[in-house]
Amino acid sequence: MPKIKLPTKSPRIDMTPMVDLFSVILIFLMLTTTMKQSEPAQVDTPFSISETPTPDFNIMTLLISKDDKVYLNFDNGPDTLLKYRPKILTAMGDRYNIQFSDKELREFEKYPSAMGVPIAEMKDFLDAKTSKDRSQYQTGIPTDSTDNQLALWVLFARQVNPNIQAVIKADKKTGYPEVKKVLDILQNKNMNKFNLVTSLEAAKINLDEIQQ
Amino acid sequence: MAEIIQEEKGKGGKHKGKKHPPHIDMTPMVDLMCLLIIFFMLANSMAKAKVMEINLPEKIKDPNAEPPKIPGSRTLNIILGPDDKIYWYPGTVRPEDYNNLPPLNVTDFSPTGIRELLLERNKALFRKIDDFKNEVLTGKIKISQDSVQGAIKQLKKDDDTGPIVLIKAYKKANYGDFVDILDEMNICGIARYTVVDIAWYEDKMVEKAAGITPSSDETKK
Repeated sequence: MPKIKLPTKSPRIDMTPMVDLFSVILIFLMLTTTMKQSEPAQVDTPFSISETPTPDFNIMTLLISKDDKVYLNFDNGPDTLLKYRPKILTAMGDRYNIQFSDKELREFEKYPSAMGVPIAEMKDFLDAKTSKDRSQYQTGIPTDSTDNQLALWVLFARQVNPNIQAVIKADKKTGYPEVKKVLDILQNKNMNKFNLVTSLEAAKINLDEIQQ
Repeated sequence: MAEIIQEEKGKGGKHKGKKHPPHIDMTPMVDLMCLLIIFFMLANSMAKAKVMEINLPEKIKDPNAEPPKIPGSRTLNIILGPDDKIYWYPGTVRPEDYNNLPPLNVTDFSPTGIRELLLERNKALFRKIDDFKNEVLTGKIKISQDSVQGAIKQLKKDDDTGPIVLIKAYKKANYGDFVDILDEMNICGIARYTVVDIAWYEDKMVEKAAGITPSSDETKK
């Protein structure tokens, strides 16, 4: 009987469908990922067991750094047409008699991170070209009772977007008095519900231990 | 001549072989894509920070309005002190006894510290919540996942044995402790707690317990 010789080639797998699939997943993930924005101050958030995710829209983030500076960030709303940020800045500018140009408003709208700029320096901040120039204006929003710009920001943010929620992000080592001050400012503006940003940490308690 | 033709034929054969669509080895590309996918998946799940919700009582703006009364026997006062320490005392203190204030108890954030204290006082409610959760898990109670939180909230609302915790902070406390103590409230299922301003006599009590001598400008505040 003649022997049938099979070709001893290594089997070649067609990888095209796999590559296709990977491409689709990769593109999806790249589009949905929002890159972690660099914040003007490094904060190390405390831990909690809460698993509620941060809301995506209708939030204002109050960043309180270790050296008691307050930075503020708003979102533009669930729809880009809403343009909450420029509206808030315009309201704030009207209050302080500062006219912001369209370019400055656009710049404010797309600034990716929290801002801690006193309103008097906001124009210079927005006109600055490089991020290095900008960072020198980030001196924190004044919260003193004589010049309480934070309270006004909060007020106008709530006028522009009534559904806005406060998110407080502070460092573990931030002193409580500064946090209390910010909470008081928000409470004076009738905001009594706060979201405190925390990192997730699991905690388990055993009932038997307590019964002892 | 014949040889030459053969040679040409051979050459032609080689050309034909080259006309096959070139096979690209996709393995490195797949490797790279795998890595990128893993990176983005991790970056996606990491970026989302969690939040803890907290509702504070509304500020009383009317100076004539009286603050709500709470029974002193159920009250537990927790004062966040410096150096991650917790000072606590049960019930109320009469500020008139200024020179003879009761000593504060000291504890810390370890599981045997404040958590044990809170659970001891909140045993009844905590067990109720725990039993309820177990019964949902084992299927004894048929309830949709969405209404579990609402049911637990109702259990907390109906509770009238657990402590009423008043959280205060000494001026040297830090934010991390503040979040930690609120977190303990959630862990221990405390139904009623709130954050209040520290009173001047409590300031004194902490200073006495922690051995801090108030400097002159601090006493002015």
